[in-house]
Amino acid sequence: MKSVALHNRLTSLLFKSITFLLLFAFTLSSNAQDVDEARYKEGKNLFKSQCASCHKLDKKLIGPKLGGVESRRENYWLKSWIRNNAALRASGDADAIAIYEEYNGSVMTAFPALTDQNIDDILYYTTIGKITKVPEVKPEGTGNDDTNGGTPSWVIMILASAIIVAFIMIASLLKQVNELKGNKKVDSGVQSNLKRDLQELWAGIKKNTFLQILFVIFALLMSAYVLFGTLFSVGVDQGYQPVQPIVFSHKIHAGDNKIDCQYCHSSAKHSKHSGIPSVNVCMNCHKSIAEVADNTVVVLEDRTLEKAELDKEIAKVYRAAGWDPEELEYTGDTKPIKWVRIHNLPDFVYFNHSQHVTVAGVKCQKCHGPVEEMEEMYQHAPLTMGWCIDCHRETKVDLKGNEYYAKIHEQLAKKYGVDKVTAAQLGGLECGKCHY
Amino acid sequence: MKNFKLIIVLVIVASLASCGDKRTPQMQYMPDMYESIPYNADAENGLKGNPVNSKPVAGTIPRGGHPAYDIADTNEGYEKAKADLKNPLEVTEENLANGKAMYTIYCTSCHGKKGDGNGHLSQTDKFLGIPNYKDRDITEGSIYHVLMHGKNLMGSHSSQLTYNERWQIVQYVEVLRTDLLK
Repeated sequence: MKSVALHNRLTSLLFKSITFLLLFAFTLSSNAQDVDEARYKEGKNLFKSQCASCHKLDKKLIGPKLGGVESRRENYWLKSWIRNNAALRASGDADAIAIYEEYNGSVMTAFPALTDQNIDDILYYTTIGKITKVPEVKPEGTGNDDTNGGTPSWVIMILASAIIVAFIMIASLLKQVNELKGNKKVDSGVQSNLKRDLQELWAGIKKNTFLQILFVIFALLMSAYVLFGTLFSVGVDQGYQPVQPIVFSHKIHAGDNKIDCQYCHSSAKHSKHSGIPSVNVCMNCHKSIAEVADNTVVVLEDRTLEKAELDKEIAKVYRAAGWDPEELEYTGDTKPIKWVRIHNLPDFVYFNHSQHVTVAGVKCQKCHGPVEEMEEMYQHAPLTMGWCIDCHRETKVDLKGNEYYAKIHEQLAKKYGVDKVTAAQLGGLECGKCHY
Repeated sequence: MKNFKLIIVLVIVASLASCGDKRTPQMQYMPDMYESIPYNADAENGLKGNPVNSKPVAGTIPRGGHPAYDIADTNEGYEKAKADLKNPLEVTEENLANGKAMYTIYCTSCHGKKGDGNGHLSQTDKFLGIPNYKDRDITEGSIYHVLMHGKNLMGSHSSQLTYNERWQIVQYVEVLRTDLLK
């Protein structure tokens, strides 16, 4: 060790002068945007794979920020620190002990495998910093027009226009009939003409019994349709999409980032409830992700949120968790997030998530729809009893690995004359299974 | 009489219009039994309007459960767990299968399917510098300790996993590590 230390001391002078020169050269070259591409790339890759889990260039993370670290520390010191910081501390180096204490004694991993060249490349990267590219101008008007979910209103529009057209046709027909009957054609002013037309139409309808019956049938059908539609939607919240306190996009989390549903809704596998994740689960990732990526956009129906607004949404999570993003510590001042519950069965129905998720292995999307495509969460299924029963009737139960009941299952299959029994045949339609 | 007709029409139109609003829940008919009187585990308000958010008394052990993990989240604690803590579960196919399933849900996003630190979030630059298991000197005890308390940027996953699931994951991670070291 001693000889190495001596060697270090000798080389340190050399290194010092070299780094000084290099630094000088770098500052000049970086100003001129003239970067040694190969070294920069090598350094960047190494930084990303080895350092970035704890360090950022522009900000404190687990460890101190590393942008321009070479101007604060000597190159030889950095090398011995990176290779084995514990040994450096043990040797009584005052700087090393000071930094260890500043970060509350969190130990940095030792990297004995990094060569001098590797470390110099990393330091080269930290000195140059991120090369900011000129942001590309986004093409305007990229089709946001095709918002889905508008089909029912279109149908209604078409129906309404068809009805209006039909009325106009009947009116003109009646008018012609009137004229053919010999009534003289009057045209005195447009307004009175219209009024007279309407009066004629009314008179015509009054006389024509067939039209009256048709009219009554039509009115009855319409009111029955409206009445049944209204009554059947009582207590059925399909499509319910309340405004949530935080614009949380399932599309970004479950879709783009491919995070498993159960990562956050972890109680679904063992409990009746799938659960709304507590903020500590958000913080598992958002401790380090304080900003969204540059081009992230959340397109809602009435507005589009871009990076600046989305970063504010992440700040809301920090406020709830009592996390200080500047000092990187918890303040203890927590506030619960009041999410608005969407899927809510009445309490006279028993529903258990674990039975469906763990035992039956039903995919979340089967009931909750394409959540990984939803920017804003809504209720996909009607959650009515008929809907439950439809699925129980169709679903064939996988009885593998359930030897205890093997005989009963065999008998059941024989009784119903099928290969595989459905959930309904296993008692999935019994009232008392869900209502008790 | 004319007014009466007008009112009826207005009421019908209003009720139709209110049906289309997706921001408010639908009307409920006689919702007496929709919300039970007893406290609901996932309800907004708990007993007498106060949120129920109380931790169990320190040292409480659930029926059939395990004593709380008492190794502290310090450097010494880490070393202690690394040296002394042993997996209580036997290596069986069943344990490994569930370990794999749980690993896929809770770990692959960052650590990757093989444990080489090349998960989806790592590939897309959301999380950087995720270590390869073979590059770290880890034992069953230290893996469990890190699952409980987290380390550096990794947060604690104790709230999402049960005692058995954690040890099953530890088993599976050890298998992945031996595969990587080959």
